[in-house]
Amino acid sequence: MNDTHAFNSSTKAIEIRNLTLAYQGHPAVHHLSGAFEAGSLTAIVGPNGAGKSTLIAALSGQKAGTDGTIDFAPAIQTTQARASKLAYLPQQSAIDREFPVRVLDVVTLGAWRELGSFRPVSAQIRARASEVLAAVGLIGFERRYIGELSVGQLQRVLFARLLMQDAQIILLDEPFNALDTRTAEDLLGVVLNWHRQARTVIAVLHDIDMVREYFPQTLLLAREVIAWGASAEVLTPENLKRARQTAEYWDDRAPWCIRPPESGSRG
Amino acid sequence: MMLEWGTMLYSWIIEPFADYGFMKRALIACVAIGLACGPIGTILVLRRMSLAGDAIAHAVLPGAAVGFIFFGLSLPAMTIGSFVAAALMALIANFVTRWTSQKEDASFASFYLIALALGVLLISTSGSKVDLLHFLFGSVLAVDAESLLMIAGASTVSLLLMTVIWRPLMVECFDPGFLRSVGGRGAIVHQLFMLMVVLNLVSAFQALGTLMAVGLLMLPATAARFWCYGVVARSLLAAGFGAFSGAFGLLVSYHANFPSGPSIVLVAGVFYVVSLCLGTRDSFRLILFPTPQHKES
Repeated sequence: MNDTHAFNSSTKAIEIRNLTLAYQGHPAVHHLSGAFEAGSLTAIVGPNGAGKSTLIAALSGQKAGTDGTIDFAPAIQTTQARASKLAYLPQQSAIDREFPVRVLDVVTLGAWRELGSFRPVSAQIRARASEVLAAVGLIGFERRYIGELSVGQLQRVLFARLLMQDAQIILLDEPFNALDTRTAEDLLGVVLNWHRQARTVIAVLHDIDMVREYFPQTLLLAREVIAWGASAEVLTPENLKRARQTAEYWDDRAPWCIRPPESGSRG
Repeated sequence: MMLEWGTMLYSWIIEPFADYGFMKRALIACVAIGLACGPIGTILVLRRMSLAGDAIAHAVLPGAAVGFIFFGLSLPAMTIGSFVAAALMALIANFVTRWTSQKEDASFASFYLIALALGVLLISTSGSKVDLLHFLFGSVLAVDAESLLMIAGASTVSLLLMTVIWRPLMVECFDPGFLRSVGGRGAIVHQLFMLMVVLNLVSAFQALGTLMAVGLLMLPATAARFWCYGVVARSLLAAGFGAFSGAFGLLVSYHANFPSGPSIVLVAGVFYVVSLCLGTRDSFRLILFPTPQHKES
């Protein structure tokens, strides 16, 4: 709690300062600084290898930073608080689809805050799980195994689990990849609904048209911030071109970066 | 006629256990091992760790050797030594997997080979003529009241602990990232599970030998997979297969005068081959003669 002075305007949900995330010394995200406003809906956009997934994994706490800091709003400063108030949906490959577990069980796990490792599942939680399944268009799928689902149906299940989690900050890594239009539209509806409920949503996306139409904020990333702000101002042809040129550059003989700590590239 | 059959069955199945105390103890030991190994083996199969049991079974050797060097042919000393060595190997391999990007099978392979070589070295320099290999293959007929207590205790503790950590263990299996993101203790749960594997293999060593115990750990689980899909159903069926293999294998060993460990594991092997050929899921039968019908939806 002693770090509240970092938030002179209390509307910031996450503030990043001079963050560098590296793999074997090579930066995937390089000297990133900026903030996500509370209740904002932000798309993270950029070419492959731009560090989008790495950044969102770091925000979720799954990847440790090499340098710099990530500060959260006072209410979610502790790791325990984030475990219940921050939800993260990684790319689909992270889940073992061959594991024989039922749809309802997966969705019920979203209530981990109430359930923990040992507490029994109440009838109320089970009813809520069925409700959120219906909300993502999967009525009657409770007893199916996840191995029997299509890619789109599984993504709906994972969104249902996010709904169960009822988190204040929601991080999505390419949530609409490989989905048909109807599934993508349905799930985009869920995301927009979260935004209406004033939750902070950050999503890695590739569909620039979708970002322009539905996402008020954009962070254009190519290892460093190319631009960060209102989507219309960020997604200009020049910025997109610059992003394409900066990404995917990895030199084994590159010298160690010795940029002074506070000169981070502010968008 | 009926009576003759009855007496024959009695003399074949009941009498050995009714008449001999060592057979009674062996039966209880094998059924206990089989019951606990069912669910543990099922989870190992689901985690694609089918060979981890094998690795752990080999890693007991240096521990047993140290126990033997300091205390001679003392069962408790060798058991404790085995447990410590195997547990240490599993913990270290696990730790390396979590903290580096080396895959689990590679870490297990690396550490069990080190342990095995260390064990062989210790035995060959200890200068004893006693063949420690007896230890690795065990004899169920030598199970005394004390080791029976240990076997039954290990099985009971494992089954109870398993029900307690069931939920985080399942999530850790199919979606470890989610467990981490909600603050679940996936690493600890996995370590506990690996300790259970070690505990069961070590407790089973006197009855079956550590190497044969792996057979009772894995074969019922791989067999059950050809009959049902859900984790619980598979665990229960594997436990049933395991307990039955233990009992039936003992009888075969008794009547045919075969060594007990291999007899039990071969019965489990028969279960596996029959399941593979005739099972109701994915079996050879279904691949060769697929069902011609399909449902409306």
